[in-house]
Amino acid sequence: MQLRRILVFTTQKLLRLGLLLLAVAIFTFVLLSLSPIDPVQAYIGADMMQISPEQRQLIAERWGLDQPMLLRFGDWLGQLAQGNWGTSMVFNQPVGAVIASRFSLSVQMLAIAWLLSGLLGLGLGIVAGALAGTWIDRAIRLYAYTLASSPTFWVALLLLIVFSVSLKVTPICCAAPPGQLAADVTFWQHLHHLLLPALTLSIIGVASITLHTRQKLIDVLHSDYVLFARAQGESLWGVIHHHGLRNLILPALTLQFASLSELFGGAVLVEQVFAYPGLGEATVQAALRSDIPLLVGIVFFSALFVYTGNTLADLAYPLIDPRIRLGG
Amino acid sequence: MTTTLVSSPISQFAGNRRRRTLWGIALGALCLLAIILSPWVIGEGGLSPMLTQRNQPPSWAHAFGTDWLGRDMLSRSLHGMSLSLRIGLLAASLSALIGTGLGLAAGTLGGWVDAVITWIVDVFFSLPHLVLLILIAFAVGGGTKGVVIAVALTHWTSLARVIRAEVLQVNSSDYVQLSHRLGRSPLWIARHHMVPHVIPQLLVGLILLFPHAILHEAALSFIGIGLSPHIPAIGIILAESMRHLSTGYWWLGVMPGVLLLLSVKAFDWLGENVRTLLDPKTSQG
Repeated sequence: MQLRRILVFTTQKLLRLGLLLLAVAIFTFVLLSLSPIDPVQAYIGADMMQISPEQRQLIAERWGLDQPMLLRFGDWLGQLAQGNWGTSMVFNQPVGAVIASRFSLSVQMLAIAWLLSGLLGLGLGIVAGALAGTWIDRAIRLYAYTLASSPTFWVALLLLIVFSVSLKVTPICCAAPPGQLAADVTFWQHLHHLLLPALTLSIIGVASITLHTRQKLIDVLHSDYVLFARAQGESLWGVIHHHGLRNLILPALTLQFASLSELFGGAVLVEQVFAYPGLGEATVQAALRSDIPLLVGIVFFSALFVYTGNTLADLAYPLIDPRIRLGG
Repeated sequence: MTTTLVSSPISQFAGNRRRRTLWGIALGALCLLAIILSPWVIGEGGLSPMLTQRNQPPSWAHAFGTDWLGRDMLSRSLHGMSLSLRIGLLAASLSALIGTGLGLAAGTLGGWVDAVITWIVDVFFSLPHLVLLILIAFAVGGGTKGVVIAVALTHWTSLARVIRAEVLQVNSSDYVQLSHRLGRSPLWIARHHMVPHVIPQLLVGLILLFPHAILHEAALSFIGIGLSPHIPAIGIILAESMRHLSTGYWWLGVMPGVLLLLSVKAFDWLGENVRTLLDPKTSQG
C-alpha cells in the first residue's frame, strides 16, 4: 500500500515536471524567436564584418533557420531531449559542463544561506511573536520590514564595505585567493570566501519567514487550547515548545522551500557584487555577451531547481506531520 | 492582527486612525512626488564635473559627498532615482493593466480561458523572478525598452490571481445570484457589483507593485542588462560605485542606496495606508 502510494506520487511528480519543462521550452523558444537578436550574429560576434552574405546564408541554412517555426521547435526540442544543450560561447565548453561546474560552487553558498535564513527567521519570528507588542518585537519587525524592501545588491555592497574594505576580515572578491590554483585551495580558504556572500543571502532571506512565523505564533497564542494550557500552569516558553512549534514548523518549511526561487535570484545579484564565480555570475555573463545556449540552459536548470524545492517540501510534510499522506 | 494595535501615547495626539492614515498617504505621496520632480527643481548644476572637489566625503555643501569627477552625488542620486521611479511607474502600470485584464478574463469567462491563464501564471511562478527578467530583457534586446517590457511582463501574476479570486468570490455570492434572477444584465452586474470590489484591490495591488518594479529595474540596471551606462539610473550609479569601493569612498555606494531604500519604503507605506483606508474593516476607527 505504502509502496503504491510512493509510486503514484513519483509518477505524478515526474509527469508534472515534464509538462513544466515543456512549457518553459515553448515559452523560451517563442520569446527568443520573436526577439530582434540575430542568432548568426550572436554566434559570430565581432567577426561579423569578415563574413560575406553568402556565408551567412550558408550558416543559416546549415542551422535550419530557413525552416518554419514549428519544425525548428521540434528539431530543437529533440536535441535538448537527447542531452545536446549546445556549446557555451563565453566559456567555450558544453553548456552542461559549465552549469555543473558553476553550480557546484553556488550550491554551497545557497545551502549555507538557506539553512541560516531558515533558522534565524524561525527564531526571530518566535521571539517577536512571543513578545508581541514589546520593543523587542518592534525592533524585529522594523528589521524585517526594512530588509524586505532593501535592494539585495545594495545590502551586499554594504557588507562588502564594512567587512572587506573597512575591517578587512573577509576577502573582497572571488572564490579563492588570487593567483592560486583551484586544486591548492584549502577548505578554510574556501569557506572564508564563501562566508560573506552566504551571510548576505541569509540576512535578506530572513524577512518573510520571520513575519509569517510571528503572525502564526500570535494566532496560536490566542487559541483556546493555549488558554487552557496556561490555566493549567504551563509557562509561555512551555506553550511555545509544546503547542507553538508544531503549528509553526509546517508553514515555515513551506515558505522556506518556496523561497528557493528568490534565493536563486538573490544569488545572481550577490555573486555579481562579490565577483563569486558561481552560476549566478554565469547567468549575467550569458545575458551580457549574448550566449544564448548557456542562458537557455540556465533557465531550464533554474526551473528544475525551483521544482525540486517544491517537491522536497511535499516530501517533508509527511515526515513532520504524520496525518498528511504522500500524494494527498 | 488586533493585538498589534497597541495604542501608544503618540496616537492620542495625532488624532484618530483615519486621520493618521490620511496623513500617511499625503506624506508618502508628497515624498515620492518630490523625488520624481526634483531634477527639474535642482537643475543640472550639480552634474557638471568640478575637478577641484573630487572624492569629498559627505558634508553640508554636499550631503551625499562628491564622486571621482567632483560631481555632487546628491544631485546625481536624485536624477537617477527620479528616472528609475518614472520607469518603474510606467512598467508597473503596464503590468497592472495586464494583471487586471487577465484576472477579469479568468474570473468571468471561466472554462478554458481560466485554465490557460492559470497555467501561464503557474509557469511564471516556476522560474526564479530574476532569471525570467534577465531572459525577457535579453530577448527584447536590452536597453530601456528591455527593462520596461521585462518588468511589465513579469509582475502581473499575483495581481491577476487576486483579482481572479475576488471575481470568483463575488460571482458566487448570493446577491449576485439574486441579481441574475432579477433579470439584470451581466454588464449591469459587472458595473454595480464587481467594480466596487475590484477597484480597491486593483489600487492597492498597483501601489504595492511599484516597489517591486523599481527594485527589479534597479537590479537589472545594476548587473548591466538594463539602461545604458550613459543614462545614470540609480542602478547604474550603484554599479559605478563598485569600482571605487576598495579605495574607501564608501559614500558612493551607501548614499544612493539609502535614497533607493527610502523610495521603496515610501511606496510600501503609501500602499499600506491606502489599504487601511479602503478596507471597510479598518477604514473607520
